[in-house]
Amino acid sequence: MNTVENFDLYAPRLVDKEEYFNAGHRACSGCGEALAIRLMCKALGEDTVIVNATGCMEVISVMYPTTAWNLPWIHVAFPNAASVGAGVEAALKVLRRKGKVADRRIKTVCIGGDGGTFDIGFQALSGTMERGHDILYVCLDNEAYMNTGIQRSGATPFGASTTTNPAGAASQGKNEWKKNIAEIIASHNVPYVATACHSYPLDFMNKVKKAREVEGPSYIHCLSVCPTGWRVQTEECIKAGRLAVETGVFPLYEIEEGKYTMSSLNPEELRPVEDYLKIQGRFRHLTTDSIQKIQDRIILENNKLLDKAENLHSWSELEG
Amino acid sequence: MEKEKKWPETWQELNPGCMVFKPGSTRDYHTGTWRASRPICDTSRCIKCGVCYIFCPEGCISQDADGYFMADLDYCKGCGICAHECWPGAIKMVEEG
Amino acid sequence: MSERIGMEIALAAAEAVALCKPDVIAAYPITPNTHIPEHLSDIVAEGRLDADFICVESEHSALSACCGASGAGARAFTATSSQGLLYMAEIVPIVPSMRLPIVMAIGNRAVSGPINIWNDHSDIMSQRDSGWISMFAADGQETIDMMIQAFKIAEHRDVMLPVNVNLDGFQLTHVVEPMMMPSQKEVDRFLPAYKPYAAVHPDNIVSMGALGMPEIFNEAMMAKDDALINSKKIILEVWKEWEDQFGRKYEPIGAYRMEGAEVALLTMGSMGDTAEVAIDELREKGVKAGLLKMKLWRPFPTEELLKAVSGLKSLAVIDRAVSFGGPSGPVCSEVKSALYDKKERPLITNYIIGLGGRDVLVADFVKIVEKAIGAQKKKPAKAYEIYGVRGS
Repeated sequence: MNTVENFDLYAPRLVDKEEYFNAGHRACSGCGEALAIRLMCKALGEDTVIVNATGCMEVISVMYPTTAWNLPWIHVAFPNAASVGAGVEAALKVLRRKGKVADRRIKTVCIGGDGGTFDIGFQALSGTMERGHDILYVCLDNEAYMNTGIQRSGATPFGASTTTNPAGAASQGKNEWKKNIAEIIASHNVPYVATACHSYPLDFMNKVKKAREVEGPSYIHCLSVCPTGWRVQTEECIKAGRLAVETGVFPLYEIEEGKYTMSSLNPEELRPVEDYLKIQGRFRHLTTDSIQKIQDRIILENNKLLDKAENLHSWSELEG
Repeated sequence: MEKEKKWPETWQELNPGCMVFKPGSTRDYHTGTWRASRPICDTSRCIKCGVCYIFCPEGCISQDADGYFMADLDYCKGCGICAHECWPGAIKMVEEG
Repeated sequence: MSERIGMEIALAAAEAVALCKPDVIAAYPITPNTHIPEHLSDIVAEGRLDADFICVESEHSALSACCGASGAGARAFTATSSQGLLYMAEIVPIVPSMRLPIVMAIGNRAVSGPINIWNDHSDIMSQRDSGWISMFAADGQETIDMMIQAFKIAEHRDVMLPVNVNLDGFQLTHVVEPMMMPSQKEVDRFLPAYKPYAAVHPDNIVSMGALGMPEIFNEAMMAKDDALINSKKIILEVWKEWEDQFGRKYEPIGAYRMEGAEVALLTMGSMGDTAEVAIDELREKGVKAGLLKMKLWRPFPTEELLKAVSGLKSLAVIDRAVSFGGPSGPVCSEVKSALYDKKERPLITNYIIGLGGRDVLVADFVKIVEKAIGAQKKKPAKAYEIYGVRGS
């Protein structure tokens, strides 16, 4: 059985029992993204406003006249989670200053899929991060436009087959590498950026808690396994996320004021990427050459990260 | 048995802006009707760790009076994550009859 | 006490908005309305207005941020023109569907292409069916008054709809006029503090922006249409209150020298003021001409239109936008549609003028009235004429 080493066995029992994201939502059976949302909300607590982009999570959670959310929630359109969030954050700030709402901090949290974050929502995200709003943006990345039927996004990994760059006799699937969104956001001088995965729930929740406390922008990139789109067995949803970390496909790290810290959950030695690819139907077509290409790239990216973790200093250390 | 989905009878009954004022009201919709297999917990093996609870995408696993973590079959979609992640192998997925 | 001021109308519009104490302003510059958000940011920077001015990175984000702000219970404002309005067009119909009382100033400008920064109505005409309340100012005073009225109308519990106030780009935005600017005290008396119907805040949990299945969508559209239609009642009430407090009268369709008129022009926006001079000239010559100045565009004032055209033999509807390949210009198509069932109705002609900022002269209006009179003897070959095109 594939289990996590060093997993604090009884800690889950101690996690907040409140379900802010209720059952009855219409997510696919085994949806990693729904799990990620559920965990995220437990870490955020009740003084939160959720701003949701159009996508799987919005569509499955609030179908008039019901809502899965036990938190205030607003959805407007697809590309604008970050800009709607900017408005919410500004309003809450102004109203609190004018004494029109209760005098306590309410955190604005924007959630979007990889489509609403990497691609169509990128402009708004960049603007909001650059302006320094007190917003946590969580990207729930299932590596394709899943809600519209598994189309290729900027987050789709090299070699994955999607409906708009399918594998075939003349194609090995996506021919471009995944956009490195975490580093792009870190370049916006965002003081806290982290990668996470629902398969490491306590790590994810701790990062959410940390980000919540930042007075300014913060960004968490959460890999969310989509059994439907990745063609993974539903019961292997958590395992797939774990393998992504164990093979180095999705390393867990934080960038705090420019300083890179690799999570202790990353393995000492990376497992061969084939272990991760072979349980997913979307990579079924890959040739040995392609797999080697992917393996080489993973080694390179991990070395780059380790190099940064070792050599880069935080802003406060670099101040004159 | 799944509760009837209630649509507003008339347009006048719609909330302004289609706003929803009932937090958590998706609980009216029993997704348990979706599943093809269900989790069965062997309490003699269950160590009450809560790993199944933490990994359930529906959040439908909770502790019963004796402290064992049990899935609420009104909502369980039968994904099998709990059975797969269960440390002592106490949960098994059994096909719905 | 209101103060008599001489100011560029865009700046006056910003001053009027500031008097309404918005909480959040999110705007992106675009000629010719840029002076409105710019001046508002001045007012905030000077400490005269306690608001958050979000320098958004696009118009789409401007209206989105206003949605977030309004959804969180704040009074929100934005301004745009032309391409900016089209860029935020994805969000435009969502605002009334979510019943968010956002106010927007539109400095009407031609829609590209070719790119043109000058005045016409093609921008707002592209958003006809969106569900917003829409008003047209003909001069600086109307601009100021409508900006303030807009907040009161939008936020009224029986309305809860966004309002856009249209002012002609350059023709109004960049023109200096003498105007009466209300005082803060007067505006405070007229416009109460915003009490939202609902707001995203943990103290009263709500989900805004649900998915609408086919099972409820038709009902939702009915509700949206009903809300806009019924808003007219409140608009008239607010205009009456305005008249009582400030002495200036507002009607959905203003009438100028319509007594005994046999031929009339129907205009929207600043060209109405030019048309007035033409009507005076024609009346001097003994022509029984009059002018209808439409101020309320949405909800469409069918009732007032039916009354206004009684007794008219000929009506020349002036459009400032083309509905390409359509049966006539946008305003004319709607006027014809509204008058279709009326037993006695005037002959309707349609002239599309002043596109992309081309000057509209008094002489043009005189000529158009003469054409409208001539049309009674010989109907024009086409339902509409793009007026003044060289070579046509």
